[in-house]
Amino acid sequence: MQLVLEKRAERSNTIALISPLIAIGLTIVTMVILFAILGKNPLLALHAYFIAPLTDGYSLQEIAVKATPLVMIAIGLSLCYLANAWNIGAEGQFLIGAVAGSWVAVKTQGTDAGAWVLPVMLVLAAVAGALYALIPAICKVKFGASEILTSLMLVYVADLFLDYLVRGPWRDPHGFNFPTTAEFDPVATVPLLIEGGRLHLGSIIALLVVAAVAILLGRTIKGFEIRVVGAAPRAARFGGFNSNQLIILTFAVSGALAGLAGIIEVAGPVGHLQPGISPGYGFTAIIVAFLGRLNPLGILIAGLFLALTFIGGEQAQIAMKIPLDVTKVFQGILLFYVLACDSLILYRFKLVFPNRQVARGTG
Amino acid sequence: MQVHQRMLDPTTNGLHSGETPLLRTIGLTKRYGDFLANDSIDIDIWPKEIHALLGENGAGKSTLVKAIYGLIQPSAGEILWKGQPVALSGPSEARSRGIGMVFQHFSLFDNLTVAENVALGLDGRESFKDMSARLEQVSKTYGLPLDPKREVWQLSVGERQRIEIVRALMQDPQFLILDEPTAVLTPQEADQLFIVLERLKAEGRAILYISHKLEEVKRLCDTATILRGGKKVETCNPRLETAASLARMMVGGEIKEVKAAAGRQTTVPRLVVNDLSLAPSEAHGVRLEHISFELKGGEILGIAGVAGNGQDELFAALSGERLSKDPGTIVIEGLAAGHLSITQRRKLGAAFVPEERLGHGTAPRMKLSENALLTGHAASGMVHHGFIDTAATLKTVDRATETFDVRKAKRDPEAASLSGGNLQKFIVGREILRNPAVLVVSQPTWGVDAGAAAVIRQALLDLATAGAAVLVTSQDLDELAEIADRIAVMFHGHLSAPLATKEATREKLGLLMGGSSLEPKEAAHAVGA
Repeated sequence: MQLVLEKRAERSNTIALISPLIAIGLTIVTMVILFAILGKNPLLALHAYFIAPLTDGYSLQEIAVKATPLVMIAIGLSLCYLANAWNIGAEGQFLIGAVAGSWVAVKTQGTDAGAWVLPVMLVLAAVAGALYALIPAICKVKFGASEILTSLMLVYVADLFLDYLVRGPWRDPHGFNFPTTAEFDPVATVPLLIEGGRLHLGSIIALLVVAAVAILLGRTIKGFEIRVVGAAPRAARFGGFNSNQLIILTFAVSGALAGLAGIIEVAGPVGHLQPGISPGYGFTAIIVAFLGRLNPLGILIAGLFLALTFIGGEQAQIAMKIPLDVTKVFQGILLFYVLACDSLILYRFKLVFPNRQVARGTG
Repeated sequence: MQVHQRMLDPTTNGLHSGETPLLRTIGLTKRYGDFLANDSIDIDIWPKEIHALLGENGAGKSTLVKAIYGLIQPSAGEILWKGQPVALSGPSEARSRGIGMVFQHFSLFDNLTVAENVALGLDGRESFKDMSARLEQVSKTYGLPLDPKREVWQLSVGERQRIEIVRALMQDPQFLILDEPTAVLTPQEADQLFIVLERLKAEGRAILYISHKLEEVKRLCDTATILRGGKKVETCNPRLETAASLARMMVGGEIKEVKAAAGRQTTVPRLVVNDLSLAPSEAHGVRLEHISFELKGGEILGIAGVAGNGQDELFAALSGERLSKDPGTIVIEGLAAGHLSITQRRKLGAAFVPEERLGHGTAPRMKLSENALLTGHAASGMVHHGFIDTAATLKTVDRATETFDVRKAKRDPEAASLSGGNLQKFIVGREILRNPAVLVVSQPTWGVDAGAAAVIRQALLDLATAGAAVLVTSQDLDELAEIADRIAVMFHGHLSAPLATKEATREKLGLLMGGSSLEPKEAAHAVGA
């Protein structure tokens, strides 16, 4: 008896829906083993990770706040990945967007600039993120440079650029030499949805982005182009779709969304520009994109789930002294299982029994 | 009925009684999931026999020979080699026992020489020098001329096949399997191959010859086994059968005859190609050289030729997948179109059907409605202000399904889930339903069952009758003879002047396919060769 993977005649939509759930299940089993090895009570750890954050209003708001950048970035990345363009550098685009938007905030600091400041910051951040993403896209189209490498390397450029700004020209003179800008003025801050709470306007923007991309992919010819170019490049060319144009387009859109997420994070929950504004949102969003099946609604759910792991990780650290890095291990294992379970959409397991020899005379 | 006559046929059993066959399969079965690719197949192969294996695509021919050659393990049943049951672990064991195979798709390295390619396929126990000497000797003995030092990319398809055959012969097989060897040959090259095969037979070897060209089988083969839907239908002497009776056994019923409407009128030129030359886009591609022709409405022009002589490049240039710098080289409906994209050409009224169904003509993992949109978005009212009209795309699927009898499990399945014939009917239907002025179609019935092929050919004829200009590229000369008004031949990127189909004999086309011109002196020389 032997277990084989057998190709399905048609992709299984049921499995496409439940494969992320199988992946989450397998991840939790692996985590239980890991917690046990760390000498922690697995049940208490799981409770701290997945249940505790859901039980109080503050944590629920915090989950939405954390999910906001994840969802926005992942939505953009999903467009790239559907079109077979591999943008790995959303983290860099996020940081550049944060820097570009902060420039307006820093320059208008203490002036009587009006309500135009925040909208200009948002637009500038989106443009900067898009332009930054276009660097690997154009290198890919013009010179055939691998966008995976170039976009990834540009993350470190953005990171160090931000570091330079807040340690140098933009450093708050009253900030006790900490590498940070001054706290942004109210006109340069993303408004809160609930007075005294954590939830801010950015979450609404993220929901609008989800809806817009859902319509783009499901209903428009441009969305169809993106999907065909990724799924069958030669057929796409036969259909008259230009894959290079789509690489440029999807990189620009995903860069813009990452940049927007960057400034919303800085002008919202953080309130000033400083190093470490992102706990790896740009990378975690890759997991969110795949866990959400590159589908806008799926990404929304996946973004909330991954945000839960961030919050849960913090709670587990406080309550049980589980290192925060375990959250990253968790996310890595999750991506691994998501990709592995995807093979079940096109293949299925089958038990094969040994050959039955036909007993017949040999003549 | 006829069955009695066949059972008494001397070639199948009577003549060989008392001896053991070289190879025998008993109840050979191969199961893929719930699908029986081979269902209890019994076949006997005798020495000194050319045994044809006939059947439509998907009948199980490839599965059977793969099992015999050790490439796949049967799910049930036995293979006896010289009377002894064997379980072949793989092709190298099959080769060491004396079974050789020449595949339809060659496994050769383009950038290596003939000798290097042959050496790679052998066990490597002898020195390269000895091997080269033996290669030359084998190729001389069997009249298969080869220059061992040439690199493969420089060789014609026929020469590449020779490498494969010589490579197989160098292992001195007692049993040789050939998978559709004449599909890629000119008629003259096929004749030369038959001489070699007759000679191998005379030496006492057995040959299993896979083909769907019935006339060829009647001429060459002593025995024919016909498969249909994974089962053996019959073993018979093909010389006692007619092509029609063999076809009936393959298909399991009558095949609809394709009829051209009488008195088809040709109208204005709808597709004109003027001195089109185009450098290849990839290494070892074919350069298109000064191609010119004119195609009127109501007319079907056939382009014959051995694969790899520029047909793919011509399709890309005509469709607009590759653009030409000079707009005037391609004129569609009176408008210079050489510089226009495929979408703009579609808007001018052109439609295209590429050779590859999955991955080129359709996105395999997308639904039929989405694949209707793939080529229909430009000019079929499926898109309004950038938004897709899903109802319109589904309507195209329904109309194609109805008009061209596309069989599928549900209303809108993925393209990859359809059989080759049904998917091809959908693709051709999708284009024809757009009422194109010009249809460029490549290999319309390649790997398609006979029923679907008849539907497609009839659709092309009807389209021409309705006034469209139709360009058909095909390697199947019978198909071109059936539907084309004129036939031109592609060779090394050149296109010959078209011949009226009545005058385009197999001999003439064969000469053109081999690169000879039809001038009297050279023609006489070639025929004498």
